[in-house]
Amino acid sequence: MKQLFMLLSLSSPVLAADPEFAIQLRQHRFTPTEIRVPAGVKVKLVIDNQDGSAEEFDSFALNREKIIFPNSKGIVFIGPLKPGRYEFIGEFNRSTASGVVIAE
Amino acid sequence: MFAAALVVFRESLEAALVIGIVAAATRPIARRGWWIALGVAAGVAGAVGVAAVAESISQMAGGSGQEVFTAVVLALAVAMLAWHNVWMASHGRQMATQARELGQSAARGEIALTAIVTAVALTVLREGSETVLFLIGIASSANSSRAALTIGSLLGFAAGGASGVLIYAGLLRVPVSRLFVVTGWLILLLAAGMAGQFARVLIQADVLPALASPIWDTSSWMPDDSVLGTLLRALLGYQAQPSATQVLFYFAALVLILAAMRRAQTRRTA
Repeated sequence: MKQLFMLLSLSSPVLAADPEFAIQLRQHRFTPTEIRVPAGVKVKLVIDNQDGSAEEFDSFALNREKIIFPNSKGIVFIGPLKPGRYEFIGEFNRSTASGVVIAE
Repeated sequence: MFAAALVVFRESLEAALVIGIVAAATRPIARRGWWIALGVAAGVAGAVGVAAVAESISQMAGGSGQEVFTAVVLALAVAMLAWHNVWMASHGRQMATQARELGQSAARGEIALTAIVTAVALTVLREGSETVLFLIGIASSANSSRAALTIGSLLGFAAGGASGVLIYAGLLRVPVSRLFVVTGWLILLLAAGMAGQFARVLIQADVLPALASPIWDTSSWMPDDSVLGTLLRALLGYQAQPSATQVLFYFAALVLILAAMRRAQTRRTA
């Protein structure tokens, strides 16, 4: 299974690694709350959940949703994005966990 | 409390609507209530099982295990719903007119049930595993908020369940002669919506390209988190800002399943 997916990822034309951005989740809050990414390219978000419970990284604007387990990291690919603001939340704790991706 | 209700409502809505539509679509088949209940129970058991190993699944496939698993579950559900519709296209009329006959008709009916009940189980499993993970999070939260979160979750379930009951009740008012056509369309749209979701998770895992993203933006007149937007999302897979690839998969599923249904129908009358 892993080989199949490595093969599939190799088949997409990638000259250099996709830009990577880290987001931390601590006490149900994302840090940073504003992430500036380049527009027009695929971007890799690495979400580090430092809390003791799972969180769902959820964004309608980015069209992504993924469960990030306690004390572990999750990878979410976004983009290519048009310039603009794209809000995201932690769905399980939406009153505190929120942020925005700014593509420019 | 309201936040928990909203989370659980959203997760349970799609499953509830699928159950309601399936219950209406299988109305003439005897004992289908038991089969559907079995499907739901299997889905719940599966959801708990998946939640238990979710972290391990997530780490597979280079960290994309969650997306791959979801994609497989969605693909199977689409296949089951499509199979049901194709089967109904070739046998549906016989079933409706012979609904009172026992024996052969019942056996034939139960074959039709297998696929669609599996689709129910798969949907309950998919939405349910996320809900279980949310509930586990509640269980590990501070004592002070746990009661409120629990009550909120129960309210969310109740609201989700009520939506399923509402759509079932609404469909029962459709004249029997039209019922299969209406439920057939609803199931077709459910399948297309799931095909779109299939594309979305694979885009998220960088297995599929997004292409133009978003291909349109209807969030100003129908936001995703509006009441109607949430309902349309569960019924049709509506999204305010979908990727082009998602839209492609949606319409491809629609066209392919319709074509298969037409083919099954013409074969029958030939």
